[in-house]
Amino acid sequence: MAFRARHLLGIEHLTQEDIRTVLDLADKYVDLNRRTVKKTDALAGMTQINMFFENSTRTQASFELAGKRLGADVMNMSMATSSVKKGETLIDTALTLNAMHPDLLVVRHQNSGAVDLLAQKVNCAVINAGDGKHEHPTQALLDALTIRREKGRIQRLTVAICGDVAHSRVARSNLILLNKMENRVRLIGPPTLMPSGIGEFGCEVYEDMREGLEGADVVMMLRLQKERMDGGFIPSEREYFHRYGLDAEKLAYAKDDAIVMHPGPMNRGVEIDGSIADDINRSVIQEQVEMGVAVRMAVMDLLAQNLRTERGRALVEGTYV
Amino acid sequence: MTLFLHDARLIDPEALTETRGNVVIDNGIIAAIGQMQAPADAEVIECGGKCLAPGIVDWGVKIGEPGERHKESFRSVAQAAAAGGVTTVIARPDTAPAIDTPETLEFVTRRAAQAPVRILHMAALTKGREGREMTEIGFLRDAGAVAFTDCDHVTTSTKVLTRAMTYARALGALIVSHPQEPGLSAGASVTSGKFATLRGLPGVSPMAERMGLERDLALVEMTGVAYHADQITTAHSLPALTRAKAAGLNVTAGISIHHLTLNEFDVGDYRTFFKFTPPLRSEADRLAMVAAVAEGTIDVICSLHTPADEESKRLPFEEADAGAVGLETLLPAAMRLYHAEQIGLPELFRALSLNPAKRLGLPQGRLAEGAPADLVLFDPEAPFVLDRWTLQSKSKNTPFDGARMQGRVLATFVAGQKVYNYDT
Repeated sequence: MAFRARHLLGIEHLTQEDIRTVLDLADKYVDLNRRTVKKTDALAGMTQINMFFENSTRTQASFELAGKRLGADVMNMSMATSSVKKGETLIDTALTLNAMHPDLLVVRHQNSGAVDLLAQKVNCAVINAGDGKHEHPTQALLDALTIRREKGRIQRLTVAICGDVAHSRVARSNLILLNKMENRVRLIGPPTLMPSGIGEFGCEVYEDMREGLEGADVVMMLRLQKERMDGGFIPSEREYFHRYGLDAEKLAYAKDDAIVMHPGPMNRGVEIDGSIADDINRSVIQEQVEMGVAVRMAVMDLLAQNLRTERGRALVEGTYV
Repeated sequence: MTLFLHDARLIDPEALTETRGNVVIDNGIIAAIGQMQAPADAEVIECGGKCLAPGIVDWGVKIGEPGERHKESFRSVAQAAAAGGVTTVIARPDTAPAIDTPETLEFVTRRAAQAPVRILHMAALTKGREGREMTEIGFLRDAGAVAFTDCDHVTTSTKVLTRAMTYARALGALIVSHPQEPGLSAGASVTSGKFATLRGLPGVSPMAERMGLERDLALVEMTGVAYHADQITTAHSLPALTRAKAAGLNVTAGISIHHLTLNEFDVGDYRTFFKFTPPLRSEADRLAMVAAVAEGTIDVICSLHTPADEESKRLPFEEADAGAVGLETLLPAAMRLYHAEQIGLPELFRALSLNPAKRLGLPQGRLAEGAPADLVLFDPEAPFVLDRWTLQSKSKNTPFDGARMQGRVLATFVAGQKVYNYDT
């Protein structure tokens, strides 16, 4: 077994082999999830706490389902309405929860690096479910699984990532993963939505969407946050759709068998035309959701195995607390 | 009382020389420098060939009084200064409340009087450092304010700043500014670029500093005020600074030791002890600034001592307070530049001691007969690993925790009195 990490904080810390290990195991969980009886006991007896400091329906549901299917006791804490509002610091919240002996903490936070900080203070496995504009590793892994199942491989592909790269943790994690797996990555978007120093990441940057899509195997669309639409970063919603929205005409520049992805939730008519999103021959958006549960099961299974090994060793050495 | 310092390596930042010799101190004043014998009644201190330099004049130290004494008090700051070879502390007015009235200034001056090192205060330029109304610059100056600054608050209204500058010029008061274009830097916690993007942190372009500086320099040209830019940290700002100096404007500039010895990558995995205002820059900028100090374009090196308690640092990077303590690490960190053969010791002490004293109209900062006997004896070679819990400062937020450093203060003298002695 290659995957030795204590936490999953970002794709940055993973090796090619780690990524393959996760994807291989996730493939097995895809099969399990398609059965009527979907339960295993990989996490039996373990406690999983989902801490979402930022509201999320889809990701939280995906993690909850993944934990339950692995047999864990899952608790959801909606931090947006809790004592954090009463002035408790992140560290104190973490220490309080840690005292309840969870085994897996799934954390989403609005600040980059907050999940790293929290992981230093607890003695369970921590999964980053998205921190600020930093990383969203399980999204990149589920995207990789989707691509591998559709294209038969996750290397030597031309992947175009389009839209609001600057504010997207999904784009960062995907960029790092795709680079690690030796793909050709293109970023497409208006320069106001490109982060600084992006030219140094070993990817190609396009301002013209048609040029950028030329010959692409995979087209990943990013969500454009509503609050960024008016005047601040782009002039208007309609001008954005005109220049960077994915429609049939622009998609025709990509390869004939190119797949279309979106991390959701979609703004139909802003970054993607509804008919493309619903085209079952091109869009794999529903598959991404399905792969999400399987990938999260795989990640939690692997982290739980490592946690058991670590605790077993600590018991033998007499350092278990 | 007479003191005889025997056989020291004398660092003279005025003559830019290093010589071997002795120093006689009489009544708190340097009485003689040279190869003379010890006077009959003198107490002899054996220097053993170690370096003797004018004590550091650290310009821009945050003391937590009034308002934040749990972070740093006059007592702790003086101990930290003495241990760091800092003989004159120039304190910042960004306290709570700000030092913006003669009454507040008198309070802190009284508190500072007991300290074993010299502590002088700058006062706020505008009331509450809010950039709306100028403070009583005349009264504050009479009460002992050595300069006027709103610290890291940029006076956005050019009208207010112009009037304050004009008024200050008439009084001969020095204005210290933190050049920054606040519209660009709002919300930023690192310098923009690859690292900022990789960490997903909001960044500010180094150009924001140049824009702030260019604006300030235009106003200096307009008003004729004496002006010091406290933090010039990027190569983009240097041409403007050079031009202003060549044009004969009354302008000087400084930089913190952190910006000379660390770069943006040191933040690593969101280490908040490396969060500064302005943020750490690229390695190319750092090297350009080191060269600018060596050639004298940048006049002053300071510690930008900013104590912060654990609670204000153990937060997500964006939310954590900026700043680090620096009084006790200023000298060993500066020795990194010496050991890298980038700056000689006389040039370093020109920026650490001589220039700040000269700019503020103080007699210290020199190793010359007749100058106050504010001296630091140090061993530039002595290696050690810094443990932040050994610092004298109440706050332990140093970026050098666990760092291998070279250069240890052996003794510090203020007006001929030994205020610190390193016990091996």
